[in-house]
Amino acid sequence: MADEESATMEGLKSTLRKESRKLHLDFNELKSGGFIKQTQKNLFTVRLRCPGGKVTSERMKKAAEIAEKYGNGEVHISVRQSIEVPYVHYQHFDEIAASLREIDWSVASCGPRVRVPTACAGCTYNPNGITDTQGMCAEVDKRYFGTPTGHHKFKVSFSGCPIDCFRTREMDLGFQGVLEPMLIEELCNGCELCVKGCEEGALIMDGDIPVRDWDKCIYCGDCVKVCPVDSMVSKRIGWLARAGGKHGKHPYFSYEIANFLTDEQVFSLIEKTVVWYRDNAVGRERIGGAIERLGLDKYMDEVVVPLGLEAVRDPKDRMKYYAKGNYYGR
Amino acid sequence: MEDKKGAGIVPDDKIDLRGVLCPINFVQTKLKLEEMEMNQILEVILDDGDPMRNVPRSVKEEGHKIIKVEKLPDSSYKLLIRKEAE
Repeated sequence: MADEESATMEGLKSTLRKESRKLHLDFNELKSGGFIKQTQKNLFTVRLRCPGGKVTSERMKKAAEIAEKYGNGEVHISVRQSIEVPYVHYQHFDEIAASLREIDWSVASCGPRVRVPTACAGCTYNPNGITDTQGMCAEVDKRYFGTPTGHHKFKVSFSGCPIDCFRTREMDLGFQGVLEPMLIEELCNGCELCVKGCEEGALIMDGDIPVRDWDKCIYCGDCVKVCPVDSMVSKRIGWLARAGGKHGKHPYFSYEIANFLTDEQVFSLIEKTVVWYRDNAVGRERIGGAIERLGLDKYMDEVVVPLGLEAVRDPKDRMKYYAKGNYYGR
Repeated sequence: MEDKKGAGIVPDDKIDLRGVLCPINFVQTKLKLEEMEMNQILEVILDDGDPMRNVPRSVKEEGHKIIKVEKLPDSSYKLLIRKEAE
């Protein structure tokens, strides 16, 4: 990453430190901002920081302890995988923060910040998983959690394969695992199991050899996973990046912007995108709104191209990822 | 080295899973393989569609080897599986 971007990322973080001093709360607590006002007077929901929805038994016990002591004995699981403790009086914020610190834990985020990232199990124990979503999620949380954007929330998620359980299309930035298959013809015995295993219809037999239509292949790796003689192998794995998605009152489906990113490129893309968002968005619009207003090309030219990523620019290259008649790639 | 297409191999046991849905077909395959000795051959007959999409991959994930795939006249498939894992 260029020095210029680091400086800007640092700039964003220093704003955050000032913000927390103003409110007389510990920086690490406030950077979160995870106290959410309830309908009931003086009561708040405390959102705990659970990147990727991974919570140790020690933390579960702590959440239960806080719910019993300060809440109504219940927790709620947020749509972004975090445990929330409702019905907490604001006078107990400091005690709760101190109690969480005992086990090196903290509240999560709300407001115009980079939120706690979400992720599936990824390749660690899901047979469909291609990439290490949990590892990346933890690292992204460590590096960027709470960074103020100056506009609105900024959500990142990781899905380990094209089934996309973590809905990368609905994120400000989403990363989905991809695998580029390659056939070693000498090893192929023509069993056709890869053709049977491909749900995209991307493979057909040409004599004794499977032939691939790259306009249909979505890089799920099913052909590699089924091949009994290891003639269909993984040439490379990486991340398909999507930008500009959101849900809410007016949802956007994101655009595929670059493919086969390395882990390092994921970090660079997040940093450059957050800075671009801060510099280009207006008011409380999400990055998807800024992209719609300014044009996708501007984002591509100013963020994706300078990073040297394998850009996805042609709308035709996005079509295969969507159901017919319901895609942004037209 | 055996024939690339696995021709002329006689199975040690057979299971016909036509009409059996996922994932029961895989579970039955797995149970059958558990009863067998290492390197013995199991013949499995599977319907086309979901069974052919799912079972061979799961068999591979369990560490066994599919040595032959043959299409039958009724559009089902006959697989020969060599037990290679306990």
